[in-house]
Amino acid sequence: MYTETVMDHFKNPRNVGNIENADGVGQVGNAKCGDIMKIYLKINDDIIEDVKFETFGCGSAIASSSMATELIKGKNINEAVELSNKAVVEALGGLPPVKVHCSVLAEQAIKSALYDYAQRTNKVIKGLENFNPEEEEHSCH
Amino acid sequence: MSKKIYLDNAATTKVRKEVVEEMIKYFDEFYGNPSSQLYELGRKSKEAIEKSRKTIADFINADEKEFYFTGGGSESDNWAIKGVAFANMKKGKHIITTKIEHHAILHTCEYLEKFGFETTYLDVDQYGMIDLEQLKVSIRPDTILISIMYANNEIGTIQPIEQIGEIAHEHGIIFHTDAVQAMGAVKIDVKKQHIDLMSMSAHKVGGPKGIGGMYIRKGVKIDNFIHGGGQERGKRAGTEGVQNIVGFGKAVELINKNFDKHVEALTLKRNKLIEGIKSNIEDVILNGHPTMRLPNNVNFSYKYVEGESILLLLDMEGIAASSGSACTSGSLDPSHVLLATGLDHGTAHGSIRFTLSEEITDEDIEFVVETMKSIIEKLRKISPLNKNNAM
Repeated sequence: MYTETVMDHFKNPRNVGNIENADGVGQVGNAKCGDIMKIYLKINDDIIEDVKFETFGCGSAIASSSMATELIKGKNINEAVELSNKAVVEALGGLPPVKVHCSVLAEQAIKSALYDYAQRTNKVIKGLENFNPEEEEHSCH
Repeated sequence: MSKKIYLDNAATTKVRKEVVEEMIKYFDEFYGNPSSQLYELGRKSKEAIEKSRKTIADFINADEKEFYFTGGGSESDNWAIKGVAFANMKKGKHIITTKIEHHAILHTCEYLEKFGFETTYLDVDQYGMIDLEQLKVSIRPDTILISIMYANNEIGTIQPIEQIGEIAHEHGIIFHTDAVQAMGAVKIDVKKQHIDLMSMSAHKVGGPKGIGGMYIRKGVKIDNFIHGGGQERGKRAGTEGVQNIVGFGKAVELINKNFDKHVEALTLKRNKLIEGIKSNIEDVILNGHPTMRLPNNVNFSYKYVEGESILLLLDMEGIAASSGSACTSGSLDPSHVLLATGLDHGTAHGSIRFTLSEEITDEDIEFVVETMKSIIEKLRKISPLNKNNAM
């Protein structure tokens, strides 16, 4: 059902946990849908120095969170904001069609954390102009 | 991976060796069509069918003329609901069932709504038990059928079947029960329990897949469901799956042999697993009734974690189980049964069902408890819902 990469990231998820005094925190999904992702960012000079996640969800949700954090770690915020769910799916070697929503959730969680950072620092991040974290927190993908 | 521990016996059971041995003969030795009565080979098949029919009918205290073979539990459910609805629609078009039925019942009732039938779906309490008073007040002059499952497949709750049957018959209403999970786990007496129609399935009791049965009390008005030839005394067409019928009969014969012992042994194992989980893992909720439950059913919700993740980690340890989580069904909603008992969505997503067989040893149970303990710990460490995770 899942690729080896998905199973690897599920069994040994990277960047699990939280960050004290994070510069940006984003949470998307809800328990009703069965998936919640929370992303913590430590940002220095617009570079994502550290990223951690906490996820309630199925195997692909955990693997998507893990992969997404790996893909943005060390990146500039303007690069990170461009991370698409497709890139997450690709990096995982594919997801079953019914699980693609997990990768969407991962993309949204990162956008949400970056949005939080932008709000706190009064920065404008290109690509987040129409982002609404409230909406992302309550919709099932 | 070392040992495999199969704890999904409500999904299906291993076909017993004796059953396989009996079935094999009906592939290449006694392969005659049971309708071909003019030669011995055909008669042999017919005899085998009737022998199985008698074994199963005796097991539920029915007359053998009241038992029919079908293609499985879902077909039996479809037949019962549609057959009674269409045969009695002049009398009325109201059906009473529950919110926790198998989809073979729920989706059939939904389908009938297209033809003007109305369905009342009874609520259940936190243990999955219906309220007999609610049943009584739901009865209308146009109610033609009450269909309430004997025991629930997910949470194992056993309904007060005899009392439901009494209520139905006091009002002259046909009573159907889906006994797919109950058969072989509880003593069924269709006469004493006022059951008019009952669905059964072979593969839940150590028999083969693709064969089921239906009890139809003599005199019950029901239309045919599979139309065609005159098999099953004109009530269910199609050449009989003789080898499957033989397997079904053999499986029931084996269960009947040590019935009380079998149930007692399962109950002990079940209670051991329930106690083990309760005393080793925090924040768990036992789903289903504490005592009125199937002897092999253990269903818990584990707060802050999601069921599919648990199943994947269990599988790595060689343990097969199932979950009420949406992620295992492809839909976004968790089990309708768990939601009907009042669980919130999040908690329902984190439910795991273990259904035991007699093959499970005490060591297996200890291993399952230990494994669950570490899996839940691991997943709770990742979970944003777990308030114990230090910030």
